[in-house]
Amino acid sequence: MKLELRGITKKFGSLVANDHIDLVVMPGEIRSLLGENGAGKSTLMNVLYGLYQADAGEILLDDKVQTFKGPGDAMAAGIGMVHQHFMLIPVFTVAENVVLGNEPVNGIGALDLETARARVKEISDRFGFNVDPDALVEDLPVGVQQRVEIIKALSRDAKVLVLDEPTAVLTPQETDELMQIMRELAKAGTSIVFITHKLREVQAVADKITVIRQGKVVGEASPKESASKLATLMVGREVDLKVDKKSMKTGSVVLSVENISVLDEREQRAVDGVSFEVRAGEILAIAGVQGNGQTELAEVLLGLRTSIKGSGSISLDGKVLGHVSVRHHLEAGIAYIPEDRNKDGLVSEFSIAENFMLDGSYGKPYAKGININFAERDRISKKLIQEFDVRTQSAATPAGKLSGGNQQKVVVARELSRGVKLLIASQPTRGVDVGSIEFIHERIVAERDAGRAVILISTELDEVLALADRIAVMYRGKIVGIVDAATSREQLGKMMAGIAA
Amino acid sequence: MSESNKVLKEIMAGSPMRIAISVLLGFAIGSIFMAAFSDSVVASYATFFSTPGDTFRAAGQTIVDGYTALFNGSIVNLQADNPVSMFRPITETLRLAAPLIMAGLGVSLGFRVGLFNVGGTGQMVMGLLGATWVSTRMSMPYGIHMVVALLVAVIFAAGTGALVGFLKAKTGAHEVIVTIMLNYVAINLFTFFLRQPNLLLEHGGGGNPKSDPPALTAQFPHLLGDSFQLNLGIILAIGAAFVYWWLMERSTIGYRFRMVGHNASAAKAAGISVPKTYVWAMAVSAAFIGLAAANQGLGENSGLTASIHANIGFDAITVALLGGSRAGGVVVAGLLFGAFKAGSPAMQIMGVSPEVLGIIQALIVLFVAAPPLIRAIFKLPKAEVK
Repeated sequence: MKLELRGITKKFGSLVANDHIDLVVMPGEIRSLLGENGAGKSTLMNVLYGLYQADAGEILLDDKVQTFKGPGDAMAAGIGMVHQHFMLIPVFTVAENVVLGNEPVNGIGALDLETARARVKEISDRFGFNVDPDALVEDLPVGVQQRVEIIKALSRDAKVLVLDEPTAVLTPQETDELMQIMRELAKAGTSIVFITHKLREVQAVADKITVIRQGKVVGEASPKESASKLATLMVGREVDLKVDKKSMKTGSVVLSVENISVLDEREQRAVDGVSFEVRAGEILAIAGVQGNGQTELAEVLLGLRTSIKGSGSISLDGKVLGHVSVRHHLEAGIAYIPEDRNKDGLVSEFSIAENFMLDGSYGKPYAKGININFAERDRISKKLIQEFDVRTQSAATPAGKLSGGNQQKVVVARELSRGVKLLIASQPTRGVDVGSIEFIHERIVAERDAGRAVILISTELDEVLALADRIAVMYRGKIVGIVDAATSREQLGKMMAGIAA
Repeated sequence: MSESNKVLKEIMAGSPMRIAISVLLGFAIGSIFMAAFSDSVVASYATFFSTPGDTFRAAGQTIVDGYTALFNGSIVNLQADNPVSMFRPITETLRLAAPLIMAGLGVSLGFRVGLFNVGGTGQMVMGLLGATWVSTRMSMPYGIHMVVALLVAVIFAAGTGALVGFLKAKTGAHEVIVTIMLNYVAINLFTFFLRQPNLLLEHGGGGNPKSDPPALTAQFPHLLGDSFQLNLGIILAIGAAFVYWWLMERSTIGYRFRMVGHNASAAKAAGISVPKTYVWAMAVSAAFIGLAAANQGLGENSGLTASIHANIGFDAITVALLGGSRAGGVVVAGLLFGAFKAGSPAMQIMGVSPEVLGIIQALIVLFVAAPPLIRAIFKLPKAEVK
């Protein structure tokens, strides 16, 4: 099916998220929408899917104008969408999930699971998905869950398939498989819109690339263009994809983790017998696909979670950190950049200045007895805003009003200004614009050069390779191996799938 | 976005204007209740189609009379022939506003920590129980007696609040459920105490659950001599508002309270113990309510019954909502609702049922608490821009 968007404009208050966007996707074409976080890709797709109503412009399918009042209309017209976060019910089987909301019924109105199963099987076989219709979704690996989402869309005769950042949760191998599936679907005539900010994937699979910046289409490109050319187009200026790094001068062991295990909310071992050391002046990257225990590992290092009693020990500068409070961990010299800044790193209703003192309300310089030292706080805020290049009118602006990149700079400024021994940076550049990514990367390397121990937890292999001195790969709660930073992408990919080096 | 839209948006984002609209709207709807069923208006309905002007005139007169009575009863009585009865209304407003302000501050504090303290009644009654014990069963010198009774009221109330916070922190029980249940427990416990001669029942009293009057040494002193009932309570209320302002806006304790209220998980990552904060916040919230209990228990010179809490624990919720949980706002809201209480008898004399004021009070809070409703009625744009 041919998809055409003409002059789509979508405003949120004074913010123009989409500004007269035109896009044509021919049948069987894989079209990449490339752009930074916040460029307006997802908004555009939500307009297409009927979740938002456009302020201007029209959507055409096979040259006929469509009006979608909701996702139901969009689905009926042949548009399928696979969201970044899966919309699956974990305790249902694949077949049950696929027919949810569109259930086949038999004569007496009961659910006809046979038909559902057959439908899943048919689609799975046609494209080589290899999905068992009777498996429970919660038992499936993430990559397979994503295929279930695709089957769900296809089972409703989707002729246009939108994939929103589909590779964020996949291993490199699973990503390759997904790309194979995309090519198969395209061959069968499905039009695919592939939303991403990862240049390598675009180059590998797209037929054509549309680059969006600040809500506007800034150009089309061929996948044969060089990565730096594409990045320049995406960001609007020259981008230095390399991080300058001096050779490391490591000191003594700062953090030593021995045989730690952690249970998650479902009482599963999210971290399973993990041991490693981090020295002063080095960046240890913890790589791995999202959801393999990295979050829980970071949280146990900060004391937000407790490890299984008797399972092992964590020591900082040779002193064992027992089952003690988060505050004790922070005061012992740990800085923490959480993976979800809006949940754990910021109070969005608080001003920037108030956010700077988030973990500093117990003593100097922010507190004078039990009074807040407003004069000192204003002084420090001004300094940090300048030093960390937070783009804001004033320190009184609520953090929630800042862009993602500036919010992250507030978090980074707070944590790096505390003068600690160990920095734990978890997904420090997620949802952050390229300019801020460069800046944050430089600051992390500066911390390392200043002799601090740094743990970088990242699911982005590019980030890991750019910053790490050593790389530990996690898979299902275990460390598969700790390898040198010069290890090849392929090797790391295998390790991320659980195959030891 | 058009220019006029922008102006309106800014007006709505600033809450004072929205609150003013809500108050006016509340009074407007209250007027309908006041006028539509009054004798003179109903009499004019018979001739409505021939002389509709009569109906509107009668309605207008009723409304003017009603609100004049409210003014005379709560601010200054212009018909009075001596200065004492002339200025008594405003002193009554202040006296009745005092406990609303103190309890309103308590509920406000809960709101700002993300806790919905609907247990004002229970916490007040526990405070009353303690204060009454001290004021009727113990004897102490003048001055000290009152201070001890006041402190005991605050401590009993705060303890009850802390228990709620503790149960929430330890078991995850929701504070709304726990506080509602504790309201029953507290009221029945107080009544039980009031029934037992060995506990709080008045000396020589019969079967009615009623205490002795508080000892003279424990009563709140009158501020303006004995011709006015205005007592220490209003001074305490103003002092409490200052303490609240300092605590919430200036101190690190309030800063951490607010942090937990906005984003408990960020607070946790910043090294703050969320469970402990809940316990402390509930205790401090209830401590303010304990001041209101002391006001009720020590501001009287006759024996107390369980109804002495006068529903202030619930009214405090409306005060906190209207006051936007800010010190200044709570004082103003408390004064407004205190004036309602003070003016209600005067309105009743004019033939306006006092429930009209209750309706107005509820409507004002409803409009304040439901900004989208106000926006819809006036077709105003959404204030939040994403």
